[in-house]
Amino acid sequence: MATAAAHQTARTHGNAGQEGGIADETYQRVFDATVAADERIEPRDWMPDAYRATLVRQIAQHAHSEIIGMQPEANWITRAPSLRRKAILMAKVQDEAGHGLYLYSAAETLGASREDLLDKLHTGRQKYSSIFNYPTLTWADVGAIGWLVDGAAITNQVPLCRCSYGPYARAMVRVCKEESFHQRQGYELLLALSRGTPEQHAMAQDAVDRWWWPSLMMFGPPDDESAHSAQSMAWKIKRHSNDELRRRFVDICVPQAESLGLTLPDPDLKWNEERGHYDFGPIDWTEFKEVLKGNGPCNEQRITQRKRAHDEGAWVREAAAAYAAKHSPRTEVEQA
Amino acid sequence: MTDTDWPLWEVFVRSRRGLSHTHAGSLHAPDAEFALRNARDLYTRRGEGVSIWVVPSSAITASSPDEKDPFFEPAADKPYRHPTFYEIPEGVKHL
Ligand SMILES: [Fe+2]
Ligand SMILES: [Fe+2]
Repeated sequence: MATAAAHQTARTHGNAGQEGGIADETYQRVFDATVAADERIEPRDWMPDAYRATLVRQIAQHAHSEIIGMQPEANWITRAPSLRRKAILMAKVQDEAGHGLYLYSAAETLGASREDLLDKLHTGRQKYSSIFNYPTLTWADVGAIGWLVDGAAITNQVPLCRCSYGPYARAMVRVCKEESFHQRQGYELLLALSRGTPEQHAMAQDAVDRWWWPSLMMFGPPDDESAHSAQSMAWKIKRHSNDELRRRFVDICVPQAESLGLTLPDPDLKWNEERGHYDFGPIDWTEFKEVLKGNGPCNEQRITQRKRAHDEGAWVREAAAAYAAKHSPRTEVEQA
Repeated sequence: MTDTDWPLWEVFVRSRRGLSHTHAGSLHAPDAEFALRNARDLYTRRGEGVSIWVVPSSAITASSPDEKDPFFEPAADKPYRHPTFYEIPEGVKHL
């Protein structure tokens, strides 16, 4: 019996290399069989170092995206056009904070520490989704983000509910349940604008024009250039390729855009009877790479704001810790 | 680890009366009271619960996955603990 919590043992348990090569081989076989049988790997199970590292990187990046993603939308909370829209937007942004927290917890089951993850975000050593480096210029952007950005996120996240790593899969189930409200409120918002005055309609169209291509880039580079894809598919972390998910998303969006009375900014977009999918134009990957490198319109602003929020909240964390130390002697503030 | 790095808590939620508490996830909080409040905000934003337990993660004792086989073995060789082990003549009712 091990007298420690699941979370902590992830760190101490590590990979039981201490027992030598033969034991490792046995562990590897059990791991492979578990993945092959479509069962879940749980925190205290043995796992290959590269599997652990891949998950930490992916889950951390996902968590960072959720909390950085709060910024572009929070930008409009004070200027929402009605109390109803304001309450909805606050609930959505609060959900994104929650998604970040579910995911940070999942990363911690692999032995990562919260402080360290935040530090890596703040110093640019871990990334977040490039989509959040674009600005929200008008109120219609809130609608376009809900419909397209949350929509693309859902397309990515639904298969992750069956990811081979248990805590990540469970976090995704919770996230996906909440995301459908996000997408629907965005769609409803755009519909209201599209059916509104000519100026409102134009505003909705402009937002869709600006968010469409960055949303398609959210699925990552094309399959033949995607560095980690094959291994992640073998480990059943990933279930579908980037291009496959992107195609699925386009197929879903085209009729939805028609119902909105808005067009998607791609002259090559047309139904391909033979393939049973929509054909679409080439994606500007140079732009993607530039934004990823830090040269997007808002990279600097997002991280600066994130760091400021963290620093300005330091006194709250300190005060709460001091209060806890004073009032509940049985609860150790220092984690053992 | 700095002294402001809050400890980790495991959160258990009873989704409705008549059901037991189920593990929902974990969170960081400075003390039990904050852990409960944070758990409410994090895991029950849509009425997912009627009762919450929070437990310091460090207080949980877990069985080790490496001991899996011997540890749970006693249950594997006792099929007579299951009702289907017993042969009852056809036609006997309410048994
Ligand atoms: Fe989210
Ligand atoms: Fe969302």
